[in-house]
Amino acid sequence: MDIIQIVSLGLVAALLIILLKEQKSSIAFLLLLFTVIIIFLSILDQVRHIFTLLSYMADQAQVEPVYFKTILKIIGIAYIAEFGAQLIRDAGLSSLASKVELAGKLFILMLAIPIVTAVIETILNFIPGQLG
Amino acid sequence: MLQDATVLFQIAGVGIIVAMIHSILKQMGKEEIAQAVTLTGFIIVLFIVLYRLADLFQQIKSVFLYQG
Repeated sequence: MDIIQIVSLGLVAALLIILLKEQKSSIAFLLLLFTVIIIFLSILDQVRHIFTLLSYMADQAQVEPVYFKTILKIIGIAYIAEFGAQLIRDAGLSSLASKVELAGKLFILMLAIPIVTAVIETILNFIPGQLG
Repeated sequence: MLQDATVLFQIAGVGIIVAMIHSILKQMGKEEIAQAVTLTGFIIVLFIVLYRLADLFQQIKSVFLYQG
């Protein structure tokens, strides 16, 4: 019954944050950050199980391990960038949040470069008269 | 999970107590001391949160295969 714990933790944290926001908004923001971290940490264990299953499936299907690792890293960057950007947006700085999201997108593109290169090379091989 | 909820209440308690002390000191006319108390409470909570944040980032690094 982990989900009930997480939901009740979120409700209690929301009440405390509303209580604190009137007087000390900086500590209320830290409380929000702490709650998000706790919920993320308790989710991460389940994510690890799912990734073990996924990597087992990738092994069975004989997917190239480089591609699988790249996809995991991209998922990680997406999670982290979203986590930071939404917190910053909650703090009322949406321009900074959009810059964090932009950085996340850029790093995802950087990680995808080897895969895109492989796709382009494969396509060029299909075209006759090119590349010998 | 249970001790996490305890820390949650600790942070909220620090916030409420700091707000109370701040308003009392302001009533007494000691603005500088009130600012110092606010800053101290903020730093205490900041340290609690920062340790958790470092823990979270370490876990994410190990789950999403960033180790090497």
